[in-house]
Amino acid sequence: MQVETGIVQEHFDIGSGYRRLTLSAPTVCPQVKPGQFIHLRVPGLGESLLRRPFSIYRAEAGAISVLYKQVGKGTRELAFLPVGGYADFIGPLGNGFPLPHPENCIPVLVAGGYGVAPLSLLARNMDLKGIVFVGGRTAEDLLCLEDFKEMGWALEVTTEDGSAGLKGRVTDALDAWLSKGQKAIVYACGPDGMLEAIDKRLLQHELPGWLSLDKHMGCGVGACLACVQRVHTEDGGTRWKRCCCDGPIFAAGEIDWEFGKDAS
Amino acid sequence: MNTSPDMSIEIAGIPMRNPVMVASGTFGYGVEYADMVDIGSLGAVVVKGICMEPCDGNLPPRMAEVPSGLVNAIGLQGPGVKGFVENYMPFLRQHKTPVIVNIWGRTIEEYANVAAAFDVVEGIAGLELNISCPNVKEGGVSFGTDLRMAAKVISAVRRSTKLPLIPKLSPNVAGIGAFARMAEDEGADAISLINTLPALVIDVETRRPVLRNGVGGLSGAGIHHFAVKQVWDASRVVSIPVIGMGGIYEPDDALRFLLAGASAVAVGTANFTEPRTAMRVIAGMEDYVQRHEYGSIRDVVGMLQYGQVKP
Ligand SMILES: Cc1cc2nc3c(=O)[nH]c(=O)nc-3n(C[C@H](O)[C@H](O)[C@H](O)COP(=O)(O)OP(=O)(O)OC[C@H]3O[C@@H](n4cnc5c(N)ncnc54)[C@H](O)[C@@H]3O)c2cc1C
Ligand SMILES: Cc1cc2nc3c(=O)[nH]c(=O)nc-3n(C[C@H](O)[C@H](O)[C@H](O)COP(=O)(O)O)c2cc1C
Ligand code: FES
Repeated sequence: MQVETGIVQEHFDIGSGYRRLTLSAPTVCPQVKPGQFIHLRVPGLGESLLRRPFSIYRAEAGAISVLYKQVGKGTRELAFLPVGGYADFIGPLGNGFPLPHPENCIPVLVAGGYGVAPLSLLARNMDLKGIVFVGGRTAEDLLCLEDFKEMGWALEVTTEDGSAGLKGRVTDALDAWLSKGQKAIVYACGPDGMLEAIDKRLLQHELPGWLSLDKHMGCGVGACLACVQRVHTEDGGTRWKRCCCDGPIFAAGEIDWEFGKDAS
Repeated sequence: MNTSPDMSIEIAGIPMRNPVMVASGTFGYGVEYADMVDIGSLGAVVVKGICMEPCDGNLPPRMAEVPSGLVNAIGLQGPGVKGFVENYMPFLRQHKTPVIVNIWGRTIEEYANVAAAFDVVEGIAGLELNISCPNVKEGGVSFGTDLRMAAKVISAVRRSTKLPLIPKLSPNVAGIGAFARMAEDEGADAISLINTLPALVIDVETRRPVLRNGVGGLSGAGIHHFAVKQVWDASRVVSIPVIGMGGIYEPDDALRFLLAGASAVAVGTANFTEPRTAMRVIAGMEDYVQRHEYGSIRDVVGMLQYGQVKP
């Protein structure tokens, strides 16, 4: 984990409302594992605002790339960052997906929204090829589909309105595949609702898997305790884990999805 | 001028290489930032609040960003005395930097017990007493806003420990001076202030509080000049050292506290955005001492020229 100031090498629209930002990162780049993220200081946002976390999409040739969507003041301001400008970030952060992937089972990736970013990097770091499920509300929400095709992965697309691929949810497509009963490990990244639905299925099918969670973060390094997620413990109890440093990747079956849900 | 200026200071009998610490709850237990911050360069490390047993804290969301800083309701999650000593003290002992443990309790007895438990732990330089917690025995009223209750806590803790004792005053009181004086009377070796200010962040779309806990505590840029005023008010009525905190991002922010009468400062919320804030603040203060040709940083303390506003 380091603070590094990177020079913007590229920064452009990739469609679906997303932009790709590439920063030089000679120190951080070689340390990156798929599933890790950077905590980026958005230039011009002012000293009193927090950093913003983004999953690492590429880490190669001494640079790192992220894909982001403009959803609020930080990401809107970030879009103004010019090529040749500077931005500093802390990274690589988080535990990352456990690698290597075991030889004798199929890697299955399930992505919603920008969840494709860490999963695309994961696929590039695997020798095996498997299947990837990408879901969105409409065709507009889908990104990085070409990455997986180029890498020779099987691709299943779902949209809730049927504007691309199968009409329905990503879990519908996943259900059909899981019912074939093949030996697999699932890696998933997307909204909480999607991850919870996947977690239930993994439990049902007794399959191992890894879920990448997205929690609002303060420090990004384990100090502030803003990003906590409740998990089951071996002795049958539950406890907090910090998403930024104990996660963001959690094992299937580890997360206590019910904790605090109706206690408001 | 190449010689580095004299930045050393003694607070509550604790010698520090410089007057810049990191504030409780904003630097974890030190180890979280060790890759990025030279712990050895800090005046002291104040760790996250500890009570007797492990504590779960509040449900998330626990933090909301606002234009002037942060509102948090972490709820004092922590490993308890035993968990802290076993898991974090081995790391903290490796550095020559004084370790100040921030302690709290739900009852006066718990406060006293926590203090007594730390009295026998090697490597702890002092205790910062967080009195901004609800008193479960007396209907959840904050210990820190009731002069009589606050005095009871401080005196009970004072009797339970020989360690230097630094009550951390709540800013949510009518006259901070009375609390500062009371702390000194009850045997405090120094006082620190300010803790966060009560705040409510509302999501207008859902019409609900953003934080699961409802209310939280405001910290960061927005509280800085208020905190400086509180330190100024407190430092004029006590003879023990005052540690100032609240919205320090730049060396000038820290210097303001010193000029207002604080002998030391702590960097809080700024650590989250810029982990090396304290190191930058120390460098800037060294530069100030040299530029103004002070003999040492101690000569800056209380040098505010109030009432001498230039026309
Ligand atoms: C581990 C991790 C990886 C992420 N990877 C990506 C990525 O690859 N691409 C991408 O587009 N987004 C990603 N996000 C979400 C991204 O961090 C938020 O969209 C971004 O912080 C929004 O900032 P803002 O100022 O534009 O929004 P605002 O709503 O103005 O932000 C206000 C506050 O809320 C936080 N926040 C808002 N939305 C989110 C969110 N969904 N998750 C976490 N914090 C949030 C902000 O960081 C900030 O502190 C990731 C989040 C996490 C936790
Ligand atoms: C996330 C967070 C957690 C905190 N936890 C504690 C704590 O455990 N005990 C305590 O006395 N103060 C705690 N504080 C208060 C800070 O130590 C400090 O007094 C306050 O934030 C003002 O300084 P700042 O504006 O530089 O952050 C916390 C503050 C924040 C932002
Ligand atoms: S973001 Fe601060 S502990 Fe995880």
